[in-house]
Amino acid sequence: MTEKRTSLSRRNFFRNAGIAAGTLVAASTLPAFDAVLFAAVKRNTKGPWYGIAIDIEKCIGCGTCAKTCKIENDVPREPFFFRSWVEQYTILKDGSIKVVSPNGGIDGFTQTVPADDIEKTFFVPKMCNHCAKSPCVQVCPVGATFETEEGIVLIDEKYCIGCKYCVQACPYGCRYFHPDKHVVDKCTLCFHRVKKGLNPACMDNCPTKARISGDLNDPESTISKFIRTRNVYVLKPHLNTGSKLYYNALNQEVR
Amino acid sequence: MNPEFEHLYQALSKVDGFIYPNEIELSWSVLIVLYPFITGLVAGAFILASLERVFNVKSLKPTYVIALLTAFSFMLVATMPLVFHLGQPFRAWEIMITPHLTSAMAIFGFVYLWYLMVVLLLEIWFDYRYDLVIWSKTATGFKRIVYKALSLGSDDISPKSVKLDDRLGYIVTVIGIPSAFMLHGYVGFIFGSIKANPWWSTVMMPIIFLFSAMVSGIALVMVLFIVINYIRKQKIDMLCLDTIAKYLFYIIIIDFTMESLDQVHRFYEAEESFEIISLLISGHLNFTLLVMQIGIGMLLPLGTLGILQFYKPAEHIRRTIYLIVGVLVLIGIFFMRWNVVIGGQLFSKSFLGFTSFKLSLIGSEGFLMASIWLVVPFFILTFLLWLFPPWKKTSVEH
Amino acid sequence: MPLHLKRLIMLGVMIVLLFLLLKHLLTPASFGQFGHYRGKAIDEIAAHQVKFVGNTACVSCHDTIVTMKNEGYHSDLSCEGCHGAAYLHVDHPKLEKLFKPDSREFCGKCHSINKARPEKAITQQNIKDHHPEDKCIKCHNPHQP
Repeated sequence: MTEKRTSLSRRNFFRNAGIAAGTLVAASTLPAFDAVLFAAVKRNTKGPWYGIAIDIEKCIGCGTCAKTCKIENDVPREPFFFRSWVEQYTILKDGSIKVVSPNGGIDGFTQTVPADDIEKTFFVPKMCNHCAKSPCVQVCPVGATFETEEGIVLIDEKYCIGCKYCVQACPYGCRYFHPDKHVVDKCTLCFHRVKKGLNPACMDNCPTKARISGDLNDPESTISKFIRTRNVYVLKPHLNTGSKLYYNALNQEVR
Repeated sequence: MNPEFEHLYQALSKVDGFIYPNEIELSWSVLIVLYPFITGLVAGAFILASLERVFNVKSLKPTYVIALLTAFSFMLVATMPLVFHLGQPFRAWEIMITPHLTSAMAIFGFVYLWYLMVVLLLEIWFDYRYDLVIWSKTATGFKRIVYKALSLGSDDISPKSVKLDDRLGYIVTVIGIPSAFMLHGYVGFIFGSIKANPWWSTVMMPIIFLFSAMVSGIALVMVLFIVINYIRKQKIDMLCLDTIAKYLFYIIIIDFTMESLDQVHRFYEAEESFEIISLLISGHLNFTLLVMQIGIGMLLPLGTLGILQFYKPAEHIRRTIYLIVGVLVLIGIFFMRWNVVIGGQLFSKSFLGFTSFKLSLIGSEGFLMASIWLVVPFFILTFLLWLFPPWKKTSVEH
Repeated sequence: MPLHLKRLIMLGVMIVLLFLLLKHLLTPASFGQFGHYRGKAIDEIAAHQVKFVGNTACVSCHDTIVTMKNEGYHSDLSCEGCHGAAYLHVDHPKLEKLFKPDSREFCGKCHSINKARPEKAITQQNIKDHHPEDKCIKCHNPHQP
């Protein structure tokens, strides 16, 4: 009798200890999630650190940037795949918000809201924010998307498995699944041009020079001066993505 | 118009409000609804088995082996929906070779393999080893080859070895419990950690996934227990069945409380995403969430099982009620996964509009493909029950 | 230790070794060079074809027009913004001709009246009412507006 009771309590001890140990082992794999739980890239100190600035007060909604981007980067022409697009915001007098982006703005815009109801209206060009603390890089399970040391977020189309986790993780809707290549695609800040000392194609072709990109590390660059002399905002700052796309005069309503 | 994109043009015409241009098509479809459903069944069935093995709920003994074999059958199929959903399925191996450890999805390969091979396979092996040796001596043909191979060429059935088998099986089960939590908890974390999507981003997500997994797993074993006994024309052990139903009842209560807490919290705080999410629930999800997941999948079973705790009708009536309740629960949990995965992609991240989702019949992510992955595990289970019949095991006292 | 357990452990060790071997063989050579990604990808992406060559490429043949443009309101505009990507045209100017836009809708994309357009950013015209039967370029030289 006594023998059975001690073996039972010993069994219980082993069981409880085992469960605790097992949970500890499972929990100890959490540090393997990396002490850096997000894929934050350290700001480059040895070279350029690229950022983007868009001046909403200059954008006329012509859609040339969106069209140019598709041509330069072989983006499918259908209205479902965009590396860059333009949105027209109309805030009505009753406080409601109407946003349109027909074919990403490539064909231009019309205004359907009667002029009397409009409180204010403006264009907002969108593109990849090349976040310093990019949630899309963080969630890629294989290392197919990454941030270069100059702060440009790229996709390795030969390595992407097309799981689309990054599409879910991007708060700005910048990524899309390429229908022909069957991998995810997005704005590369025209890496192939930047590496040759050229500007991104959208910026060169903007008629009002509303879009600029450049080296945030260089205090005399156009973009650094832009940021110093204006109130600049990023989209969804509460998500702490480290977005490097700075807007001038961004209305609070813009999502 | 390129016919390849016809469904996208249709979806474009159905856009309600404003969506980011890239959001027109849902990235994750019914296969991604299936994966958490299947792994949930695996984790849940395993927890039920561990209730007997580790927590000594003796009345559950008749379902112990069935629960393990069910978990194993579904586990074998679990990877398939994932691989078939990938844009580049032939690169799927990359997730094992270069896992990016900041991504919850990256641990999939390892958690899956660990759970499948070390936990499930080993536990079943330790439990069956004695019988494998015995059967290998009397069986012929295909079965003999399998039994001999699985016994690793050893015919040691001395009492000392058998006791050791029991010991090691126990330890594996004990390790298996946190492993089961990891197997399904990480799936919940995959959704819960996406700050871009307020329908997914909640601390409760891994917990909700876990408890709904347990609900679905227990319900599945309950249904299978009834069906298998019916097919074999055996008198069912009512004490066992009543115990399973009791545990199902308790876990449903916990699961329902967790899910309700999550929603109440959301409604109370009413932060930025509140308006679009209310529209989501009352509009696109009103049938799948309010009617199927909550009404039919949770409240109806909860009420029925609750009544049965106090008032117990005759055995054959109870058995039929349990069968119906089990099936309703399984449907409800499937819709829970649906509402999480599909629901989270129906509204735009701009919080200003909705897109639409149409489940096609054929195609790599269609209804037929999804049905295949749901049906195949039952064939595997039938095969396993034929190859390793639990009722022919020589009972070895744990 | 019983025979079957010894064999089980050996089987386990072999599986782990096999996995480590596969990992070594299958990991791409340049992986991990700069971070958790294929280092070669950087060069592959940098090698993409540049399609918009910029105004300086146009000057060598079309210097009169470019000079004229640079003196007027359209001085800040890129040639290719209206005429399309010129990378093929600079190599085969006779074979690959560029697009010469002349429709009212084309000018209207920038210049039509839209309240969202900041008035100080661009002059706007009601293209429905303003000489609807003529092309804009009948009166307005696009390179000297």
